[in-house]
Amino acid sequence: MDLNYSEREQTFRAEARVWLEANVPDPGGPSGDTREGFARHLEWERALHEARWAVVAWPERYGGRDATLWEWLIFEEEYYRAGAPPRITQNGIFLLAPTIFEFGTDEQQDRILPRMAAAQDIWCQGWSEPGAGSDLASLRSRAVRDEAAGGWRLTGHKTWTTRGAFCTHLFGLFRSDPDSERHRGLTYFMVALNSPGITVRGFNRLDGDEGFAEVFLDDVFVPDTDVLGGVGEGWRVAMSTTGSERGLSLRSPGRFLSSAERLVELARERLADTPAAVLDRVVGSWLDAQAYQLFTLQQATRMAAGVDTGAESSLNKIFWSELDVRLQQTALDILGPEAELDGPWSKGFLFSLSGPIYAGTNEIQRNIVAERVLGLPRK
Amino acid sequence: MYFDLDEDQRMLRDLVRRLLADECPPSVVRAAWPGGEVSLLEPVWRKLAGIGVPGLLVDETLGGTGLDETYMVALLEQTGHAGLPLPTVATVAVAAPLLAASPDRAELLADVLSGQTLIGCQLEASSTDGTVLVPHGQLVSAAIVITPRGLGLVSMAAARPVASMDGARRLAQVDLRAAVPLHVDDEALDLAVARATVGTAAELIGLSRRMLAITVEYVCQRTQFGVPVGGFQAIKHQLADALLAIEFAGPAVRRAGYSLATGDANAEREVSAAKALASEAATSVARTTIQCHGAIAYTTEYDHHLFAKRAWALAQEYGNAAAHRQRLAGLLGLRTDHPSRTIQKVAP
Repeated sequence: MDLNYSEREQTFRAEARVWLEANVPDPGGPSGDTREGFARHLEWERALHEARWAVVAWPERYGGRDATLWEWLIFEEEYYRAGAPPRITQNGIFLLAPTIFEFGTDEQQDRILPRMAAAQDIWCQGWSEPGAGSDLASLRSRAVRDEAAGGWRLTGHKTWTTRGAFCTHLFGLFRSDPDSERHRGLTYFMVALNSPGITVRGFNRLDGDEGFAEVFLDDVFVPDTDVLGGVGEGWRVAMSTTGSERGLSLRSPGRFLSSAERLVELARERLADTPAAVLDRVVGSWLDAQAYQLFTLQQATRMAAGVDTGAESSLNKIFWSELDVRLQQTALDILGPEAELDGPWSKGFLFSLSGPIYAGTNEIQRNIVAERVLGLPRK
Repeated sequence: MYFDLDEDQRMLRDLVRRLLADECPPSVVRAAWPGGEVSLLEPVWRKLAGIGVPGLLVDETLGGTGLDETYMVALLEQTGHAGLPLPTVATVAVAAPLLAASPDRAELLADVLSGQTLIGCQLEASSTDGTVLVPHGQLVSAAIVITPRGLGLVSMAAARPVASMDGARRLAQVDLRAAVPLHVDDEALDLAVARATVGTAAELIGLSRRMLAITVEYVCQRTQFGVPVGGFQAIKHQLADALLAIEFAGPAVRRAGYSLATGDANAEREVSAAKALASEAATSVARTTIQCHGAIAYTTEYDHHLFAKRAWALAQEYGNAAAHRQRLAGLLGLRTDHPSRTIQKVAP
């Protein structure tokens, strides 16, 4: 057991910290999930890319630093510690990219990844449909073969697409075999949102930002080169992304450690006015963030040793999403009557409520934990 | 960065796990209950002594095993898992190291390390009537206690048995006036308390894993409405929560062991975090796993209660979750008054 970072890792941390301190934009201004905010956040993404901090874990040839898992975790810690903005590129970088590294052809990797790293293409996820949420395998959007044109024609309706109104590209699952059912006969496609036949309608999330969109596809042509993984292999390919979404890579401990520190800071400032019962919940949130960090350090140790942590990512997802809600609610209870004012904590609270829902509701995650980790019967 | 058991720690864990699986099945845990055949416990402890368990933290030059607290956590998760009804934490974390630190106790130390003599301890606040309750006090020949005059060693020969919820804890009440002084410095005592706190947290993790394992096995077999009850979502979600509580407390306990082993400046914080999380995990897992069984776990014939009752006792020992959260509030600057110590220090 050794909880020390190597000299190389410490150098990496110092370099990241210095750059972030000098370059993180002032907080405030509209969020990246609004039309005005999105443009400003794009500038930040491009600054990150120019300094090669956008995709630290990627190979150098795609704009990364070949960072190890530990270095990536260090970068995340420093990123949130510095109060840097949420990443509007995250669904591409953390959800699509790992899938492209695993299943993509060389041509796809060379074509898609550098533009994603540079925030030239911004990706959103097209999985959920009006009739397919937790039951993703019931999706009905379809892909019809166009042999002559060498590709597929997509028709259907995707929804809950985060930042869909501002993104340039969508990755999603479509039923390519009309006779298939459930998890079979699905194919993973990547499609430019400016393709003919696509209509995007943005709508407001609970926090009032236009962070959601529904995407209507009407006979949209996609060439064979934009199929990710094999035709009919979509479910297997997509499931590799769900691990990323639920686990470590989308929600590193750095994010919650920094939120917990800010909460402790807030409570200290208002110590005299804060009831003991609320202070105890501040301690609880601090404990939760520590527990999450230590769990992920152990998990990363195993991942670094080549252990497949598999369905364990559902444990991460339940824990981080519920700790976030508790933490944000505690902040509101410290703020008292001020809690209703538009501000970082009220925004944070509303946003935290999405955590237990997206990336597979926590009810589904608990089923996964019970069945695949504990081994309880499916039915 | 490597935050997991290393090869040597895994070896110790596996060795102890196998030994206890053979030597300490539930029937042996039951032997420690009133009316049980207490002599059944002797071979278990002899075998543990044979692999150096009592002297785990004692220097090799003094006849100990010379390992650190990361090994202690790995060991005690296993004794907790087995429900071993012996003063393992008291011996490993407190008695053996403190006897090793007192120059005039070489003989007693040797007997403790060989497994010939069992020593208990009670390091929490003494009662107002000048007596203390010593866990496993009916099995041990002496106990390390805190007296108004300082740390002491008291013979348990005249101690009075006291009934308790976990019968295997074999509490005994002893008069502090009979204690003779044990000369160790404050630092050694503080370390002993911190080790015992983390050690107790480790046993709670082991106990929690055991309760969950018993329950998973049961709900896969028990059928109602023609299907295993473990297939019902109401059961799945409760047991998923039980696993969550354990998996997010376990690493904090290991971290606390590592902090003690490396003399981390934040060790006090880590120790309290470990005990708070482990106590909360164990009490919620006990509650949940009983519920998921239905009536069968509400009996003493079924084994589950052996582990639940231990968990309830240990959750309160060395500071319960609320006490450690209160201490953390102090350490985080979240209290206007002075943080009170949950563990009383020796009066100066």
